[in-house]
Amino acid sequence: MTRELHLSVALGSAGPRSAAHWTGLVQLAELGALDFVTLDDSLDPADGEGRLDAVAVLAHAAARTSRIGLIPTVTTTHTEPFHTSSALATLDFVSEGRAGWLVDVSTTEEAARAVGRRDPAPDAELWAEAADAAEVAARLWDSWEDDAEIRDAATGRFIDRDKLHYADFDGPHFSVRGPSIVPRPPQGRPPVAVALDAQGRDARWELASQYAEIVLLAADSAATAREARTELLSRAGRDDLRVLISVGVTETRDALPELLADWHADAGTDGFHLVTTSPTEELPAVIHDVVPALRARGLFRATHTGHTLRDHLGLARPDSRYAVRTEAAL
Amino acid sequence: MSASTPAGRKQVHLAAHFPGVNSTTVWRDPGSRSQIDFSSFQHLARTAERGRFDFFFLAEGLRLRERKGRIHDLDVVGRPESLTVLNALAAVTEHLGLAATVNATFNEPYELARRFASLDHLSGGRAAWNIVTSSDAFTGENFRRGGYLDRADRYTRAAEFVEVARALWDSWPSGGTPLTVRHSGPQFDITARATLPHSPQVHPVLIQAGDSDEGREFAARTADIVFTRHGTLEAGRAFHADVKGRLARYGRTPDQLKILPAATVVLGDSEAEAQERAAHIRRQQVSPQTAVATLENVWGRDLTGYDPDGPLPDVEPVPDGELAQGWAHMADRFGIAARWRALAEEKHLSIRELAIELTARQSFIGTPGSVAAAMDEHVQTDAADGFILVPHLTPGGLDEFVDRVVPLLQERGVLRTEYEGRTLRDHLGLGRPAPRPEEAV
Ligand SMILES: Cc1cc2nc3c(=O)[nH]c(=O)nc-3n(C[C@H](O)[C@H](O)[C@H](O)COP(=O)(O)O)c2cc1C
Repeated sequence: MTRELHLSVALGSAGPRSAAHWTGLVQLAELGALDFVTLDDSLDPADGEGRLDAVAVLAHAAARTSRIGLIPTVTTTHTEPFHTSSALATLDFVSEGRAGWLVDVSTTEEAARAVGRRDPAPDAELWAEAADAAEVAARLWDSWEDDAEIRDAATGRFIDRDKLHYADFDGPHFSVRGPSIVPRPPQGRPPVAVALDAQGRDARWELASQYAEIVLLAADSAATAREARTELLSRAGRDDLRVLISVGVTETRDALPELLADWHADAGTDGFHLVTTSPTEELPAVIHDVVPALRARGLFRATHTGHTLRDHLGLARPDSRYAVRTEAAL
Repeated sequence: MSASTPAGRKQVHLAAHFPGVNSTTVWRDPGSRSQIDFSSFQHLARTAERGRFDFFFLAEGLRLRERKGRIHDLDVVGRPESLTVLNALAAVTEHLGLAATVNATFNEPYELARRFASLDHLSGGRAAWNIVTSSDAFTGENFRRGGYLDRADRYTRAAEFVEVARALWDSWPSGGTPLTVRHSGPQFDITARATLPHSPQVHPVLIQAGDSDEGREFAARTADIVFTRHGTLEAGRAFHADVKGRLARYGRTPDQLKILPAATVVLGDSEAEAQERAAHIRRQQVSPQTAVATLENVWGRDLTGYDPDGPLPDVEPVPDGELAQGWAHMADRFGIAARWRALAEEKHLSIRELAIELTARQSFIGTPGSVAAAMDEHVQTDAADGFILVPHLTPGGLDEFVDRVVPLLQERGVLRTEYEGRTLRDHLGLGRPAPRPEEAV
C-alpha cells in the first residue's frame, strides 16, 4: 500500500498587504487540502514593505477558513511565555482546533535593542530558554482539565477548581505560576513545530526531541533525512512526531511531484514542507499542478478527512498531564 | 463636525462589552452560552455592528481570581487573549471598532505597538487599546518582571510606554523608509525600527480606565476615550466636568476626549415588568454563595458558616484580612461594614438581600422608550458621551437592546443609521493623528 504524505506550505512572512490578500492565500492552501501553512515572524526590523504579526494574520484567516492548520512563528527570547501560551490557545479557539506553534528565538542585536530588556545571548542559551517556554506553554494548556467547567447551579460553582492546576514553573529566565487564563484549547495542546537542519546537531534538537510534534527538516539528500529522522525518534523516545522535509518551490517546480515521490519513498519521512519565496506566484502552481500530480500517484488525500490540525497529521489529542496524575493517585 | 446633528444634538456613542469574569455575568440562565467559543464573540460583535455601535470591547485579567488561597469558582472564568480574538473578529465584521484591554506593566512597547499596528492594518483602521495599569505581586507571578509597581510608577510607566509606542507608530510613513526610534527613560531604553509602516489610523484609539487623580490626568493628556464607572446623572456630570476641565492644559478641546461610562440595561413592555425583570436578574447574579462571598470580601474573613438567608455576621471585619486576590483593593472595611449593617437593620435584610440591594444595580431599567430617552438625556446634559454596554448574558445579552432601543435612538437623531466613515476614529468624530516621524536622538 502507498504511504500517503503530509503536505504543508511556508508563506514566508506577511507584509502589510490587505487582510484579503493573506486570507486568499490561506484559502487557496485549504482548497488543496494541505495539512497546514506556516507564517514566519520575528522582532527584527523588516526589510521592504514590512511585517505583520503572524498570530494576528492567521487569526484573521482562521475566521474565513475551516480546515487548514495554521502555524505562526512566535519567538521566545523577548516575549512573555504566559502571553504566548494565551495567544496560541486563543488561535486554537478561533480556528476550532487548527493552531500550531513554530518556535523560534531572536538572535540579533537589533531585536535585543528594540525590546531593550536584555543583551543578545548565545544560541545554546536562547534555545534552552525556548525549551522552557515550550514547557510552560504545555503546562498552561494542561492547567485546566477538559471537564473543569461544570456550571453547577446547586452549589453555585461555575468551575470545579480541583480541575484547575498551577503551572509552578521556575527557571533561570522566568517563573510562571498559572493557571492559564484561557481554558484548555480544543486540541488540548496546539502541536509544537521546530525547524531543524539534518546536518547539524545544535541546541534545537534538544527542544525538538522533548516538545515537538512537527519537525520541518532541511536535508540535502534522502539519506541524511532518513538518518536524522531515526535519530530524532530515538532521542524523543516516542513516535508522535511528524518529520516533513523542507523543499524550496522555485527552482524545482516542474520536477517537483517526481522529486517528492522519490524522496518520500527513500527517506521514510512523513511528507514535505514547501517553502515559497513568492507565495502569490508559487502557491497557485503548488495547488493546481503539484497537488493533483501527487494525488494521481495515490500519495495525497483528495480532501481533509478531519477537522483539527491533529486530525490531519494523525496526532492524538493529549490528555492533560494533571488529569493523568489525579487518576494515577486514585 | 459629525458629532452633532443640525438640531445640535450630541450623538450617543455606543460600545459592546463582552460579558466579564465577575458576578454581573449570569451563567445559570438557560440562555447563557460559552464564554470562550469564537461563535459567542462573533454573535455579540455582529449584534453591535447591526446596532451601529462604535466598537466592541474586551477586558483583561492576567491571573485567575482567588479567595481564601483557592481559585474563585462562583463566577464565569476563562477568557481568550484579546488581540487574537479581535483579529479574527475583524474578518467577520466590517465597520465595528475593536478594543482590547492590555496591561502596560506586563508588556513591552516594541512588541505591543507592533501587535496593535497589525490589528489596525488587518481591520482597516478599527483598533483601540484600553491601557490599564493594574499590577500587583499576585499577577506579577505570571511574568518575567514579577513584583509590582506602586500607583505613581504605574502611570509614569504607562505614559512613557505610550510615548514610545507613538514614536514607533509615527516612524514609518507609508511609501517612505522607517526611521530609527531612540528612547532613553526611567522605564525603557530602546533603539528600534518599526516593522510596519503607518496603519490606517496611524495610532489606534486610546482608552483609559483608571479613576485616581493620576489616572484622570493621564486620560486628559493621552486618551481618546475614558471608560468609567461614574454612570449616574450626578456622578457622571461631575466626572465629565472634572476630566474635560483638565484638557485645556494639554491644548485639547472637550470633543477630543469621549467619556463612556459602563452601563447595564433591563427592558420590559411596561415599567413594572422591567423592574420585575431587573429584580430577577439581580437574584440570578447574587446566588446564596455569591452573597456570602461578597460579605467576605469586606469582612476579610471566612463566613462560610453564616446562613445567606439569615442576618449579617455578628463578628467584626479583620483589618488586613487578605481573603481575595484579583479584585480591586478594598479601602475602609470597617466603614463599609458599618454602613451595610445599618442598612440591613433599617430594611430588615438578610445577607443575600443585602448583597442584592448593594451590588449589580442596573443603570437603565424601563421600556425601550424610557431607556432611549434616559440615555439621550445623559448625553445631552453632559453626564456622558455615550455608553459601554455590559450585558449580563453571553452572547445574546444585547439582542433586545439592538432590536428595540437602537431604532428609537435613531428616530431621535442621536445614533447613526449607517456608518459614515471607515475607521473607529471616524465613528468617534476624532481626527487622524498628525504623525511626527522624527529621528529622536
Ligand atoms: C470601568 C473600568 C474598567 C476596568 N477594566 C480593567 C480591565 O479589564 N483589566 C484591568 O487590568 N484593569 C481594569 N481596570 C483598572 C484600571 O485600568 C486601573 O488600572 C485601576 O483602576 C487603577 O487605576 P486608578 O488607581 O487610576 O483607578 C478598569 C477600571 C475601570 C474604572
